[in-house]
Amino acid sequence: MAGIAVLCEVQGGQIAKGSLGVLEEAARLGAALGEPVDAIVCGSGLDDAAMGALGGFGAAKVIVADDAALASGIAQPVVDACATAQESGQYRYWLAGASIMSADAMAGLAARLGAGIVIDAVELHGEGGALVTRRSGLGDSVLAHCGFTTPVGVVVTRANAFAATEGNGGSAPVERIAPAFRSYSQAVQLVGHEDAEDSGPDIGAADVLVAGGRGLGDAAGFALVEECASAFGGAVAATRAVVDAGWYPYSAQVGQTGKTVTPKLYVACGISGAIQHKVGMQGSGTIVAINKDKNAPIFDYADFGIIGDLNTVVPKLTELVKARG
Amino acid sequence: MRIAICVKEVPDPTAAKRIDEGTMRLVRSGENTLNPYDRHAIEAAVQIKEGPAPDTEITIVTVGPESAGRSVDRALAQGGDQSVHVADEAAAGSDLLGTARILAAALKRGNYDLILLGQQAADSECYVMAGLVAELLELPCVTQAASIELGDGAVTVKRQVETGYDTVKAALPCVVSVSDAINDPRYPPLPAIMGAKRKPHEIVSLAELGVDAATVGAAGAGTAIGGLSKPEGRGDTIVIEDDGSAAEQLLAFLIEKKVVA
Ligand SMILES: Cc1cc2nc3c(=O)[nH]c(=O)nc-3n(C[C@H](O)[C@H](O)[C@H](O)COP(=O)(O)OP(=O)(O)OC[C@H]3O[C@@H](n4cnc5c(N)ncnc54)[C@H](O)[C@@H]3O)c2cc1C
Ligand SMILES: Cc1cc2nc3c(=O)[nH]c(=O)nc-3n(C[C@H](O)[C@H](O)[C@H](O)COP(=O)(O)OP(=O)(O)OC[C@H]3O[C@@H](n4cnc5c(N)ncnc54)[C@H](O)[C@@H]3O)c2cc1C
Repeated sequence: MAGIAVLCEVQGGQIAKGSLGVLEEAARLGAALGEPVDAIVCGSGLDDAAMGALGGFGAAKVIVADDAALASGIAQPVVDACATAQESGQYRYWLAGASIMSADAMAGLAARLGAGIVIDAVELHGEGGALVTRRSGLGDSVLAHCGFTTPVGVVVTRANAFAATEGNGGSAPVERIAPAFRSYSQAVQLVGHEDAEDSGPDIGAADVLVAGGRGLGDAAGFALVEECASAFGGAVAATRAVVDAGWYPYSAQVGQTGKTVTPKLYVACGISGAIQHKVGMQGSGTIVAINKDKNAPIFDYADFGIIGDLNTVVPKLTELVKARG
Repeated sequence: MRIAICVKEVPDPTAAKRIDEGTMRLVRSGENTLNPYDRHAIEAAVQIKEGPAPDTEITIVTVGPESAGRSVDRALAQGGDQSVHVADEAAAGSDLLGTARILAAALKRGNYDLILLGQQAADSECYVMAGLVAELLELPCVTQAASIELGDGAVTVKRQVETGYDTVKAALPCVVSVSDAINDPRYPPLPAIMGAKRKPHEIVSLAELGVDAATVGAAGAGTAIGGLSKPEGRGDTIVIEDDGSAAEQLLAFLIEKKVVA
């Protein structure tokens, strides 16, 4: 086994930002370990020149699997493509970002290859000639130095752990492969897609975000955070739980799958503080949490926490902020 | 219709947790509970049984020490008909790959039409078990389902991805993990809690499943923790209990920090 493969995901016709950051980090790791890094891209109608540009982010070679079966962003055909790439490449490590598709594909690949898999890696180190990750856990209270005992190791990195640069403008040779698809991998069909609407306020630009979670009780509960946000002159953010439930639009979702925001002030109301939410807002200037459960993980990373009922605290806060004008 | 639900016992999500520096494993000696995310998978199965497929049989499947039987009972009370509990000392210390191998072996015996999992485990906050299990069983897989509809020998699932919502259709049998927004799990009534113990419980060993103990547990783990360190924290946290003046105190804090003019 030799070399590092990085699954680079195509989202909306472009290589995902998250993938580029992982690729650049892989290049640093590859240099430390003396292992070449290949980018693996799966999709349909992919352009050689555009894919070759991944060389500017550290890829020595770009392996392209181009097939209609890879157009839908469903993970299992991607597992087949990665397994085909593994047959010729015999990679020692597979790395990917934390998107829904990439994580599912790496899970399938690890099972297929009998490879150990690390989730939520925040650092990648070459130690003693091998990759040893830092795996953040237990509400980020501990970093486990986690390596592999299997011939191949698979890593899903944490969202936003590795920021991408603009690249160095270089390019790399492109090699096309023909994946061997399995029947069960093609048994999931994409039958519809609704694009996330980007209407409404741009939460990325707001100085103050008042965020609501399932603690609001129902869709009507969002009136509380809307009034509070407008008192602050800010915007409203939301968790996946309330977006999935249809209480609030997807464009307001903050977190691993949603947006990454860095407002001056983030007020989390009725949000438990799952790691998948935290990764999207931990860069905020000041974090305030209002939650009735004193053990909610959000209190571990809030600057100011209030144990209490949001139905009494939030309206009061709104009034006080309004009164200051 | 035969539905299996994979459930995990986890340390009480609200209690402080730590990793034993000798074994490098999570200390699980305190209060344990059924993984809260798995309750949504059970509710989803119960709704299928109450709705489109009344002849459904629901099997709770877990890998864990014998003491995890309490969480199995909890899951049965919420709506399972029977349980399969893989309890074997050689399974201790299993990582994702090892646990997936054991689950796949236990699931293979049941010929289930639909295998449900939670979106993530509350202790590890991993979210990939469905993908591993499906691959080992060579079944189609859909993760993070925000809704499930059953019909024509398939499930139709709406799920969130980075660009919006996909609707996908997967032929049965298949593996589905469900989001915590798919439903509001009901709390079981007292008679259901009392009755859970009397439902058929099967406790099986790795040997009975034909799982080679060397491929699972601490011995077969593909990942290895060589050390622990402390990440940088965010700094001081002020946490107050609302006594009626919390909003005033917060505003004073924000003014002092110059977040509010
Ligand atoms: C692959 C993957 C990707 C994900 N991506 C995202 C993402 O992008 N963004 C995201 O947010 N999540 C994401 N999640 C989901 C995440 O793991 C959590 O499930 C979600 O963030 C929980 O949302 P919540 O805090 O609103 O709900 P809950 O976890 O249910 O928390 C509700 C909180 O409200 C409190 N509460 C209840 N009533 C009151 C009251 N009256 N007053 C005060 N407090 C009250 C409760 O104590 C509780 O802490 C993802 C998960 C996975 C597996
Ligand atoms: C802080 C921490 C971090 C960890 N990180 C890793 C890691 O990076 N890589 C790794 O290989 N292991 C890791 N582990 C170990 C891993 O949690 C266990 O191996 C566990 O048994 C299986 O994975 P999971 O619960 O994390 O899966 P998840 O993907 O989080 O679980 C999703 C669903 O799988 C089902 N499920 C999970 N476990 C069981 C079970 N025992 N029985 C029945 N159903 C189950 C449930 O439906 C659950 O909702 C970690 C453990 C901890 C405490």
